[in-house]
Amino acid sequence: MATSFQTHPDRYRHWKLTFDGERADLVLDVQPFGGLRDDYELKLNSYDLGVDIELADAVQRLRFEHPEVKVVVVKSGQQRVFCAGANIPMLGSSSHAFKVNFCKFTNETRLSIEDASKHSGQKYVAALNGTCAGGGYELAMACDHLILIDDGSSAVSLPEVPLLGVLPGTGGLTRLVDKRKVRRDRADVFCTTSEGIRGKRAVTWGLVDAIAPRSKFDEAVAEAAAALAKGGRDKGPGIALEPIEPEVTEGGDLVYRYVRVELAEQARTAVLRIRAPEEPQPTSADEIQAAGSSQWSLRAFRELDDALLQLRVNHLDVGLVVLRAEGDLDAVLAVDAALHANRDHWLANEILAHQARVLRRLDLTAKSFFALADRGTAFGGVLLELALAADRLYMLADDDEEVAVALSASNLGAMPMSHGLTRLEARFAGDASAVEALAKTKGERLTTAEADELGLVTVAPDEIDWDDDVRIALEERASLSPDALTGMEASLRFPGPEAPDAKIFARLSAWQNWIFQRPNAVGPEGALTKYGAPDRPTFQWTRC
Amino acid sequence: MSTHTTANEVIPLSCPPMSLTDSIPNNVDLGSDKKLLRALEKWQPNFLEWWKEMGPDGFQEDLIYLRTAIDVDPAGWATYDYVKMPDYRWGIFLTPREGERQVHFGDEQGQKAWEEVPGELRGILRRIIVTQADTEPASVEQQRQLGKTAPSLYDLRSLFQVNVEEGRHLWAMVHLLHQYFGRDGREEAEGLLERRSGDADKPRILQTFNEKTDDWLSFFCFTMFTDRDGKFQLAALSESGFDPLARATQFMLTEESFHLFTGETGVERVVQRACELMKQDPNGDARAQGGIDLPTIQKWINFWFSSAVELFGGEISSNAADYFATGLKGRYREAAKYQDHQALGDVYEMTVFEGGKLDRREVPLRNALNEVLRDEYVADCERAVRKWNHVIKKQGVDVELKLPNRRFNRSMGIYAGAHFDLEGRPITAEQFEAHRSEWLPTREDRDYVRSLMVPVYEPGKIANWIAAPKKGVNGQPFELEYVKFAPR
Ligand SMILES: [Fe+2]
Ligand SMILES: [Fe+2]
Repeated sequence: MATSFQTHPDRYRHWKLTFDGERADLVLDVQPFGGLRDDYELKLNSYDLGVDIELADAVQRLRFEHPEVKVVVVKSGQQRVFCAGANIPMLGSSSHAFKVNFCKFTNETRLSIEDASKHSGQKYVAALNGTCAGGGYELAMACDHLILIDDGSSAVSLPEVPLLGVLPGTGGLTRLVDKRKVRRDRADVFCTTSEGIRGKRAVTWGLVDAIAPRSKFDEAVAEAAAALAKGGRDKGPGIALEPIEPEVTEGGDLVYRYVRVELAEQARTAVLRIRAPEEPQPTSADEIQAAGSSQWSLRAFRELDDALLQLRVNHLDVGLVVLRAEGDLDAVLAVDAALHANRDHWLANEILAHQARVLRRLDLTAKSFFALADRGTAFGGVLLELALAADRLYMLADDDEEVAVALSASNLGAMPMSHGLTRLEARFAGDASAVEALAKTKGERLTTAEADELGLVTVAPDEIDWDDDVRIALEERASLSPDALTGMEASLRFPGPEAPDAKIFARLSAWQNWIFQRPNAVGPEGALTKYGAPDRPTFQWTRC
Repeated sequence: MSTHTTANEVIPLSCPPMSLTDSIPNNVDLGSDKKLLRALEKWQPNFLEWWKEMGPDGFQEDLIYLRTAIDVDPAGWATYDYVKMPDYRWGIFLTPREGERQVHFGDEQGQKAWEEVPGELRGILRRIIVTQADTEPASVEQQRQLGKTAPSLYDLRSLFQVNVEEGRHLWAMVHLLHQYFGRDGREEAEGLLERRSGDADKPRILQTFNEKTDDWLSFFCFTMFTDRDGKFQLAALSESGFDPLARATQFMLTEESFHLFTGETGVERVVQRACELMKQDPNGDARAQGGIDLPTIQKWINFWFSSAVELFGGEISSNAADYFATGLKGRYREAAKYQDHQALGDVYEMTVFEGGKLDRREVPLRNALNEVLRDEYVADCERAVRKWNHVIKKQGVDVELKLPNRRFNRSMGIYAGAHFDLEGRPITAEQFEAHRSEWLPTREDRDYVRSLMVPVYEPGKIANWIAAPKKGVNGQPFELEYVKFAPR
């Protein structure tokens, strides 16, 4: 059965959201037999993809539906256990592809927590009331402030290496040294000590921010939450996020209001169409507030987000996605202009931050993206980012110069990639003048010839060549090794420096995905295979 | 630095104020082990402070007729004398070993037994030792107030004997931590003195050791059922391929048997007295005669047994498999009882509760070793219950005590969350609640039992609710003044 990424607090099985003025509590209480599959038991608040889909939904809704919330306390609904991390039997019995996609999604969810803290002023406190192991500690590290109960036994730990022969792959290693600045030799000790570290040493080493005894724990959490909420901006009122579930056609196509995914599974290809708005869109702050989640800028990107997730998880064999933006280019530019003009309005700000997240999700999707711009194309502003995120842009050199693209403020800093650069900066790495030249054209329609001249276009076939050139390019791409393409694209898409967010995917996930294939983890004698089995793992000692 | 001091020599100022080598009886060559000496010098004062703060409340100045182990041979390990508890000589003993020993089970079978901690097993070995060690001071804390309501001087002495020996077991485990685990070990040793039974902030590790033991029937049930878990855990550890652990636990077992004796005979004496009082009463009501009636005893058995079976850990456990595979924890009497010491490939047929009904399921044997040990335990408890029933029968009373099924009243493991009756049949939560007061001690029951707990400190006298023991301690009569009180 296809995995759905759409949920609602009314339907959560594992999380509970409660509100008290500026503070919200996000309570993890995993139902052991409520997993996505029934061949594993989610013991000790361990999670599977279903648990994380709810978390991602909650973090998103907190931003849009509850902007009055300034601090979110992540805590456990179970005694003496915060979270034991990703469920090991679930991982052990999952395919490689699923493991990779699972880790990617959970990583994006942790990043969305940090994004909420940074861009929405919603701070996160992790209230660690007990065992906080592996993915549980990684979740905690995504928060701004960690309080660990000091009861002589509760510890934070990353036992993956010593216990499972894999990595703490949900950003754990990276956040330890890059975010929390734990000294790297101590991090080395910590990551190889399966029982973890508790009490005062956990504070001294910077693994947590504070400890509190059981009798004062709730009080300490409340104080920390109040301190973090202080000074936050008053925002709101919130808007309800309307459902966006697509209609699924007989052929399996996904039909949303503005997005449509057409599958050609045999060709291992999908066409993803995103439509520019036809209805009038809000221009003032009041109109933006009133339009809520049905305005194009939010709705279309929520749909795009869902489409990307479905392609990743439910259509593993689709290796190539053709991106098409259709409709009125000027309408897209007008929406961008309105959002940027009202950036001070909380919702405009949220929408821009959301678009940026969805675009980063695209950057990190292990599929080839070819953007096609021909007659009726609308790659302007925020939609041009799709083309810039793509691995190639094919643009029709039409005789009457109707085909055009255009830049808006959204191409010039509002939609950073995970390593902090804009897509234009990454595209013209080392050539600031190319970016400057493009920036000057903001708002202007750029014909194919102009766009090509400015370096935006990969190939610009004319009307006679277009069909064949495009067809051959697609067929050729779809025939190449999917593994090599994934590695190649991930390497070529991110010219420029590393940043912690990008490092999580480029280093940690990449290594993790390698380890996930290695006999020492998943072979018949591997540590992940043998976890919970009556006998112990046997390693192959070759270092490579 | 002087390496040896006798009482007559002048102690140079650079030496610790008390000579550890003299005050700690041992067979681990403590006198020449600088590492161990350094660690114990720091730890011992903290231990004594803990003992005064958390040990038996109000009896520290009294002279108790206690058994002290001063050597490992039969003549040395049980010497009796009057001693104030804070002056008790907590010693460090390892059962002596002849020749070279091998790991005799698990994946490392046939290798030379470890004399040092193998690096790759450091974490799990330390966890095994700390978990065992934590129970020792915990029970002393739990029993701290019981001296004030002892039914006789004989029983008061038994309590203190158990307490000081639990203290020595703590020493035995702390010795291992200090000797073999470096700085981590020293920190864990400190932690053992910092946690407190029942404390909300610093509880003891295992839940049973945070329960109240505030009446003497509970004390007897504790030493009968909870200490008996200790016996089986220690026995499994005495098979360990880490030789110092095997030898330390083996010696602890010799002392532990007295604790089990105290519990088993203690319950038996309460049972016997219940029967006698039943017969005295025109309505056959032991309570009317100021005794503890058999149905009340049954409830205590139900509570303490169900609490103690939790201590064996999850029915299906990867930890259990790891402990065995690594050669750190064997089965009960692994060497003597089993032919195949790999336990690989075999399965254990286990009763599981799935989809609302009981079912049989095959579990790889190594993953079921907690349950295998629990089987041994349950059989041993059943033997004791048969003995008690024999006493009842001899009194001509037509009642039988019974162990509840191991599924009854569980909060951990595969039966947790579901409800079962005393026979182990699945029932609803409502049915369980409807029977709760019939199966488990109620507040009224506890109040009643506590109301009987008045001290009897006169030599040769005993409280009304319990029968006198068949014989005294160390060939002495029951009437001996086992505790000589300091002027109050
Ligand atoms: Fe003991
Ligand atoms: Fe004991």
